Amino acid sequence: MLSSLQPPRTLSRFPSKPIYLFRKTSLKPLSSQPITNSTLTDQSQSQTHSQILSIRHSLLCGQLTATQLVESFLTRLRQTEPHLRSFLHVSDTVLRQANELDEKIKRNEEVGPLAGVLVGVKDNICTAGMPSTGGSRILEGYQPPFDATAVRKIKELGGIVVGKTNLDEFGMGSTTEGSAFQVTANPWDVSRVPGGSSGGSAAAVSARQCVVSLGSDTGGSVRQPASFCGVVGLKPTYGRVSRFGLMAYASSLDVIGCFGSSVEDAGILLQAISGHDKLDATSSKQEVPDFTSQFISLNLLESKPLKGLRIGLIRETLDDGVDSGVNSAIRGAASHLEELGCSVSEVSLPSFSLGLPAYYILASSESSSNLSRYDGVRYGNQVTADELNALYGDSRAKGFGHEVKMRILMGTYALSAGYYDAYYKRAQQVRTIIQKSFKAALDEHDILISPAAPSAAYKIGEKKNDPLAMYAGDIMTVNVNLAGLPALVLPCGFVDGGSAGLPVGLQMIGAPFDEEKLLKVGHVFEQTLQNCRFVPPIITDDVAS
Amino acid sequence: MASTVFRSLQSFPFCLHPTTLFRRKNGIFYCTIKGKHSQTATQEKQTSNVKVSSHPAIKTLDKILKDYEAIIGIETHVQLSTLTKAFCNCPYNYGSPPNTSVCPVCMGLPGALPVLNSKVIDSAIKVGLALNCKLSLNSKFDRKQYFYPDLPKGYQISQFDIPIATGGFIDLDLPVEFGGGHRRFGITRVHMEEDAGKLLHSDSGSYSQVDLNRAGVPLLEIVSEPDMRNGIEAAEYAAELQRLVRYLGVGNGNMQEGSLRCDVNISIRPIGQSQFGTKVEIKNLNSFSSVSRAIDFEISRQVQLHSQGQGDQIVQETRLWEEGAQKTVTMRKKEGLADYRYFPEPDLPGVILTDEYVKDIHNSLPELPEIKRRRYEKMGLSMQDVLFLANDINVAKYFDATIAKGADVKLAANWIMGDIAAYMKNEKLTIDEIKLTPQELAELIASIKAGTISGKIGKEILFELLAKGGTVKGIIEEKDLVQIIDPAEIEKMVDKVLLDNPKQLEQYRGGKTKLQGYFAGQVMKASKGKANPGLLNKILLEKLNAKSS
Ligand SMILES: [Zn+2]
Repeated sequence: MLSSLQPPRTLSRFPSKPIYLFRKTSLKPLSSQPITNSTLTDQSQSQTHSQILSIRHSLLCGQLTATQLVESFLTRLRQTEPHLRSFLHVSDTVLRQANELDEKIKRNEEVGPLAGVLVGVKDNICTAGMPSTGGSRILEGYQPPFDATAVRKIKELGGIVVGKTNLDEFGMGSTTEGSAFQVTANPWDVSRVPGGSSGGSAAAVSARQCVVSLGSDTGGSVRQPASFCGVVGLKPTYGRVSRFGLMAYASSLDVIGCFGSSVEDAGILLQAISGHDKLDATSSKQEVPDFTSQFISLNLLESKPLKGLRIGLIRETLDDGVDSGVNSAIRGAASHLEELGCSVSEVSLPSFSLGLPAYYILASSESSSNLSRYDGVRYGNQVTADELNALYGDSRAKGFGHEVKMRILMGTYALSAGYYDAYYKRAQQVRTIIQKSFKAALDEHDILISPAAPSAAYKIGEKKNDPLAMYAGDIMTVNVNLAGLPALVLPCGFVDGGSAGLPVGLQMIGAPFDEEKLLKVGHVFEQTLQNCRFVPPIITDDVAS
Repeated sequence: MASTVFRSLQSFPFCLHPTTLFRRKNGIFYCTIKGKHSQTATQEKQTSNVKVSSHPAIKTLDKILKDYEAIIGIETHVQLSTLTKAFCNCPYNYGSPPNTSVCPVCMGLPGALPVLNSKVIDSAIKVGLALNCKLSLNSKFDRKQYFYPDLPKGYQISQFDIPIATGGFIDLDLPVEFGGGHRRFGITRVHMEEDAGKLLHSDSGSYSQVDLNRAGVPLLEIVSEPDMRNGIEAAEYAAELQRLVRYLGVGNGNMQEGSLRCDVNISIRPIGQSQFGTKVEIKNLNSFSSVSRAIDFEISRQVQLHSQGQGDQIVQETRLWEEGAQKTVTMRKKEGLADYRYFPEPDLPGVILTDEYVKDIHNSLPELPEIKRRRYEKMGLSMQDVLFLANDINVAKYFDATIAKGADVKLAANWIMGDIAAYMKNEKLTIDEIKLTPQELAELIASIKAGTISGKIGKEILFELLAKGGTVKGIIEEKDLVQIIDPAEIEKMVDKVLLDNPKQLEQYRGGKTKLQGYFAGQVMKASKGKANPGLLNKILLEKLNAKSS
């Protein structure tokens, strides 16, 4: 049987190392895994498989047409979307693209490594000919004339953009309640937030509305929602992925990141979008390794696969203010890593608590400048005014939401003459200190670990009127952006809440441009995690009722 | 997709928001006026008769002016003629239809990022070195933030606290007709930045339009020390900067097209006072003569106010030079200092130069105007000649090429400044467009000097070469123009003329010696102008005065 499953066509770029077996089953639209049903591994840990590779095999083996595949996703999307509201826009060309792909496969033409993979794209990432609003009223109806570099690369490899996902306006927020258009719900408990700002992208992958998705991470906007929604979130090193086409929030911190339901999918997506871009002067010329080559499938793992790996548990991240359930989940994850052969020790980052204020000063300062272009003159919503200052003032007053205005004001203040030294300059100095302390910790350890957020997903509206409480929730993630490091968040356990518990994410932080190690370790971790199945109840329950 | 970018442009081609109703406020907006071709300060001032001191209403002003000194500093924006804009791949051509040279980057679309054109750095280094500045090997870009419709991103990418070049100077020679003299003016700083777009206002004033073709074009801002004392010095400073960018080939320096723009800061104080007066800024100076005249107007305005005890009416403001009325008028009063909230541009990495890179550029610099002038001076040319020849890089190159072919320096200068310049002026040609090559000019000068042709014939050949090209030798041969220097041949012609004009010869010998000219003309005519005049006259006289045989 194995031999009959050799891929009949050439693969272009991603090796299909793990060999999965597929049953010819009819599609059950609401099952958690419509495509892959591994016969090799226990169903209880079946969420660790790459959907991307499964799709590829199914398509190339002729077990499934792209049209069937896409329809199954679209059906689920239609059923879950009224409860989740994770998309601001769903493309109407998805079926046509699937059709074209089927024709290609029929003609035996080579198809890209992301062929048939449905990708959700955060709405602050530009997509040609598709609305890209950044979740802001000021860009309502705006359609960019170009694709972001990350989107262009995904399309070139055969990926299909299924739609634009919801977010906190311009990425400013941690709940996705800050969208000008809708509030997205957490698939694990629709009364809770999915996290933010990439809440739509996280929820969409969690609910299997799409295979993978792109988010952006300025202070944790990929990692915290990944934790809240029980999916894998990857924030690459600053400069690893081109920012061209990402609506700038804080240019020196912004990165485009990846969501997947497995580490492998996140890695494959990162592979697709990485690399230097001549359209982004801050994108790195660092060579992009093959992130997927280090993945070892479970059956080939040794008993201590991570032997010799030095893990540092950041002491300051398990201080007061961290939910006890989160605390024990992370300590459990640390023990699990020890079982895999790692040596785990606590490491102190004394500057850790300085990160939050420094982040909010720098991010607000840069955003106050980056958002100046939304003036209603060339594009976006413009109010009728009979005088120039009124044109600016009214267009921006009507176009921006509360949180955005607050950050513009904070940033404008911090950059003003007489305050610059006390705020912006000082925050930059703190940033340097943080970078140094991370460097020191990463000289002693291969990977640093911490929670991705101090708590699991909280209720919609709970922190809406308490911005400081919301900002405090970013404590686990902002330091990583200030230091420009890569970090992987993957589900590691649950706390009580909702009908099936709420997922908790483990954050692994690596040295600059060492995503490869994070992915390798993350892949082993997720495959060996027992009794955890990170499929939200919304797609296991009968949502249609 | 284009409908997004040019949303309202579709129905109203060059009007971004036809319904835009912001009103034009008193003179805040102005458009660059298309004008005639640029002239140098020297040329312009020769034709400029407007002198503040000649104003009939201010008879004693000249006297009062002597008790004051003006402190003048200039901020100059030089557009760099790189193939593409500073941060995107759009070309820039002056006069293109509005919004035809734009892209997501220079339109400030969401998600677009700037990428520095390295030619901008090269140009900045060249200018920095030419201005004797110290270069910052570690500089950076900053954002200068303000809202204006011609500024698509809401900030201008510029350099704030670490400009690429600082602390230099520029040397120049004032024109002889203005008293001459050498001057050295300090340069405070040179920094790189991007240009803004242009606003166009409807005739009715009911709406305004934005043209972003110019947005993102690279500029160098050159700030002088307040070292100038009058309009002539300021205009010559600007002219020298223009000369410099043209010599360096980094820009066209054309003032009418706005490729070189000067904002002047000016204050006055009684001589002997150390404290500076209130600084006034003047804008809208579209030519060197307007720089000069606006400053002289402004000095007299301020001096008059001060001398009449109304010094408090000199306020910190920006004034506009009105070319038609020949005066400055208030454009806007300063309301405190504008806060541009500068901070380092996070989209661009720092600008790091190596010594080696700078050295390479230094070694590739052409001979600069000041060095050229000193060299010409040492050759024995007068200052008038030196300034004329060094003023225009192309003329200087032509002159240098001519003397490199061995031509006599003074003669080459005379030909270029005389007949060649006159021809160029009449035909409205530049020196690059004439058909006479430096090689042939040198040949022509040599042929005359050697006596192969006469000066008169030389002139004829010159005009032929200017219009049609060819070689001196070719024309001499083709037209058989070699000078006759064989005395026997000339003697023959003289004999024939004397024989043919017995009556005149009789009159001459009868005492009417004036007729010598007549005979000389006849001989020259017979020789078709080729007879050596000296020989001709010598032989003619001998024959005329010989006892009749
Ligand atoms: Zn452009």
